[in-house]
Amino acid sequence: MRRGKLFHLQLAFTLAVCTFLIVPVILSVLAGVTVNYFQGLSSGLTLRWLGEVWALYSETIFLSLLIAVVCLAVNLMIGVPAAYVLARKGGRLARALEEIIVLPIAIPGLAIALALIVTYGGFRDFRTGWSFILVGHVLYTLPFMVRSVLAVLHSVNFRELEESAASLGASFVQRFRDVILPNVKPGILAGSLMTFTLSIGEFNLTWMLHTPVTKTLPVGLADSYASMRLEVASAYTLIFFVMIVPLLIAMQAMSRRR
Amino acid sequence: MSQRPALLLILLALPAGVVFLAFFLLPMARLVLIGASGEDGAAAYLSVLTTPRHLESMIATVLLSLAVTLAAVAVSTVAGVFLVRHRFPGRSTLVSLLTFPLAFPGVVIGFLVILLAGRQGLVGEVTKALTGDKMVFAYSMAGLFVGYLYFSIPRVILTVMAAAEKLDPSLEEAARSLGAPPWRVVADVILPALKPGLIASGAICFATSMGAFGTAFTLATNIDVLPMTIYTEFTLSANIAGAASLSVVLGLVTWAALALARNLSGSTVAAAG
Amino acid sequence: MMHNTLPEASEPMTAEKTAITLTDCGKTFADGTRALQPIDLAIAGGETVVLLGPSGCGKTTLLRIVAGLETPDAGGRVLFNGEDVTVRPIERREVGMVFQSYALFPNMSVRQNVAYGLKVRRVPREELTRRVDDALEMMQIAELAERRIGQLSGGQRQRVALARAIAVRPRILLLDEPLTALDALLRDRLRVEIDSLLRGLGITAVYVTHDQAEAMALGDRVVVMSAGQIEQIGPPRDIYHAPATDFVADFIGTVNRVPAAALAGWGDEVDGAVLFRPEDAEIVSGEGAHLRGRVASSLFLGDRTRLVLESDGLLPVVVDTRRRETIRIGEEIGIRLKPGHLIPLPSAGREGQTC
Repeated sequence: MRRGKLFHLQLAFTLAVCTFLIVPVILSVLAGVTVNYFQGLSSGLTLRWLGEVWALYSETIFLSLLIAVVCLAVNLMIGVPAAYVLARKGGRLARALEEIIVLPIAIPGLAIALALIVTYGGFRDFRTGWSFILVGHVLYTLPFMVRSVLAVLHSVNFRELEESAASLGASFVQRFRDVILPNVKPGILAGSLMTFTLSIGEFNLTWMLHTPVTKTLPVGLADSYASMRLEVASAYTLIFFVMIVPLLIAMQAMSRRR
Repeated sequence: MSQRPALLLILLALPAGVVFLAFFLLPMARLVLIGASGEDGAAAYLSVLTTPRHLESMIATVLLSLAVTLAAVAVSTVAGVFLVRHRFPGRSTLVSLLTFPLAFPGVVIGFLVILLAGRQGLVGEVTKALTGDKMVFAYSMAGLFVGYLYFSIPRVILTVMAAAEKLDPSLEEAARSLGAPPWRVVADVILPALKPGLIASGAICFATSMGAFGTAFTLATNIDVLPMTIYTEFTLSANIAGAASLSVVLGLVTWAALALARNLSGSTVAAAG
Repeated sequence: MMHNTLPEASEPMTAEKTAITLTDCGKTFADGTRALQPIDLAIAGGETVVLLGPSGCGKTTLLRIVAGLETPDAGGRVLFNGEDVTVRPIERREVGMVFQSYALFPNMSVRQNVAYGLKVRRVPREELTRRVDDALEMMQIAELAERRIGQLSGGQRQRVALARAIAVRPRILLLDEPLTALDALLRDRLRVEIDSLLRGLGITAVYVTHDQAEAMALGDRVVVMSAGQIEQIGPPRDIYHAPATDFVADFIGTVNRVPAAALAGWGDEVDGAVLFRPEDAEIVSGEGAHLRGRVASSLFLGDRTRLVLESDGLLPVVVDTRRRETIRIGEEIGIRLKPGHLIPLPSAGREGQTC
C-alpha cells in the first residue's frame, strides 16, 4: 500500500495522543524515585520515598487487595448465574432486568454512595467496617461481570449446546458444569480481571463509604495528594501502577485473543 | 420438565436479585425520598434551576462534559480509525499505550494533571524556559478538561476501534470502484458506518464526565462541578436532603444521556467502565 | 504455449470496448504467502471471461489486480486497451464492481446507492436522474428506488449492486462471486439475467466463481485456476470435453478413469487409462459391453439416474442413464463407451499453464 502524506499526518497525530497519555505517567514514576523532584534527576535516585509510603500506607494496599478478592468472589457467585438466567430467559423481562443491573454504571458513584449511606448509615457496625465498601464495589462491578459473561453466552449459541447435552442425558447440574461453564470461561475470565481491576482503582464510591480505619489504596492516594510532599505521593502512585498495570496488560492480552 | 428448570432459574438469579434489591433499588428509592425531605420538600428537585450556585455548577458541568465528549470522540476517531486501517511495526504497542490508562481512577488522573500542568509541572517548566512565563492551568477548568480528556480517550478509542474493525472492507472498495476519492470514502461510507459507535461512546463519555468526582477532588481549588457541589453540600454544609436531590438529578441526567444515545444509535450502548 | 487465442465467434471489436492485458502478474502478500504465480492473460474487448477454481486458487486476487484493489508484484503490468494502468488506483480505473457481500451502503437508499458513482463524477442532476432510472429499470427494481437497504431481500440487493455498478457505464465490469450468497433457485434465475445483461451491454466482463455451472453458462472463455496458477484457458466446451490437466478433468464435472486393459477388446488399441464422463457411457444388456459391474448405488436425480458400478480391481465407475426402468442395487450390468466421446488424456505436466 502506498503511504502518502495523509498516513504520516495521522501517524504523527496518533503518536501525539500517545505522548499525552504516557508522559504524565513517566513523570510520576520519575518523581517517585527522585531524591528531590524540584531539583530534578540530578539530585539522585532513591527508594526512600517508597519506604516511607510502605510505612505509612501499606495497610491501604492490603485492604484494597482483600476487598478486590472478596468482591471478585461475590461477583462469581452471584453474577455468573445471573448472567446465565438473563441469557436463558430472553424476552422483554430479561432485557428490562439487564437494564436495571447495568444502572450502577449509568448512575454516578457519588449518588449510589449517598443512597447507601442514607439507608444503612445507621447500622454502626456495618457502616464502619470494610464490608460497607465491599457492597459499593460489588454494585459497581457486577454489571461488568454480567455483561462480559452475557456477551460470550450469546456468541456460543449455548442453548443448542445445552440442548444437545440434554439429549445425551445430562442433568441440569451436569450441563451447567460440563458444557456451559467451560464454554463461557473466556467471559468469566475477562469479567474477573475487569472486576478485580475496577475494585482496586475504585474511588468515587469508596471516598464516601470509607472511614478513617477503612482506607483503601485510592483513598490513601487522595490523602497523600492532599497532604504529602510530591515525591511521596508519586512513590505511592508508582506502587499503584505496579499493581494495576499487569492487570491491564492481562486484560488487553485477553481481549486480543478473543 | 418445565417446572423444575423455572425453579432452578429463579434460584440461580435470586442472590444477585437480593443484593440488587437491598443495596441498590431500595437505597436509591430512599435517596429520592430524602431528596424531597428538606425544608423545600419536593421543590428541592428544582433547586438545580432555582439556586444560582447549583445552576451555575450544573451548566459548568454540562458544558465541560460536552466539550470533553466532542474532543475525545474527534481525537479517538482519527487515531482509532487510523490504527484499524493500517498495519505497521509498533502498531500494537501504540494500541496498548492508548488503552492502558483505562482503569486509572480519577484521583490518580488528577495527580497526573498536576504533574503535567501544576505549579511544578512539565508544561510550566517548558513554557518558562521558552517564554519566561510559567504556564499553570491544572487547577482551572482547563486542567479539568485535560484530566477528563485523559480518562475518556482510552474508553472511546476502544469503542471506535471495535466498530471500525467490524466495517465490511468491501464497502470502502465499492465506493472506490465507483470513483470516490479517499476523503469521500471517509465522509460517505466510513463515518456513517461508525456513527452508532460514535454516538454510543460519546454518550458514555458524557455520562462519565458528568459523574466524575476523583479528578475534580484532587485538583480541588475553586472548581464547582456538580459532583463536587454535592460533596460539599453533604460534608461541609451537612445538607443531606440537598445533596440527595442533586445526586438524583445528576443520576437522571446521565441515565437520560445513555438512554437517548441508545435510541439514536439503535443498539445497546455498552458502557465501558 | 498459451491457450488464450481469442474465440473465433468473437463480437466485432469496437473502439469503445476495453481489452485487458495482464503480463507477468503475480502477487505475494506482506506475510510472504504467494497468492498468485506470475501469469499472463489477454481478455478481448467485449468478452466475458470467467475465473473458476476452488477457494484459495488466486482467482479473487487476479480480479482485484484487474480492479486496482491490489497491485501486482514488481514486473507485473495491467493494460487497458494497451494503456498501462498498473499503478492507477481503482477510483480512477472506471471499472464497475459487484461484490460477493453486495457492499451496498446501508446509510443510503436504493436510489442513492445507484446514484453514488454518478454523484462522485459530478454528473449534472437531470442526466443523473435519467441514468439512475435507466439502471433501475434495466435491473427491474424501479419500484424499490426509495427503499432502505435493510428492507431488501438477497436477490433484490444483488440487483441493486448490479444497477449501481452499471449506472456509471464502466469500461469493464468485475463480478466477484456475485451469486454465491443466494439460494439455488434465485441463483439460477439471476444467472440467466446476468447473462443477458452482459450480452446486452456487450461490455468486457471478468467474473469470478467457484461454481462450474455458472462458469459454463456465462463465460465466453473460462480460466480454470488452482494453487495460484492457470490450469487451462478456453471456451466452456473445450474445458469440459478436453481438459488440459488432471486437475481440470477432476474439478469440472465427474470423470471416470479406467485402465484400457480392463475394457473388453480395447487393451490392444489404447495404452494406459481411458477417461470418460458419466453421461457418455451407455448401458447395454448382454453382448457388446466394454465393462461389466455390479450396481453399488443408484440415485434418482429426476432427469437422470446416477449409478455407481463396482467391478473387481477398478475404482468405482459413475454412470448416468436416462432410462426409466429401475435398476436394482446388486444387479450386474454392462456399459459401452463411444470411442469419439472419450476425454483425451491430459498430459502429465501443466500444458495450459503460462509462465
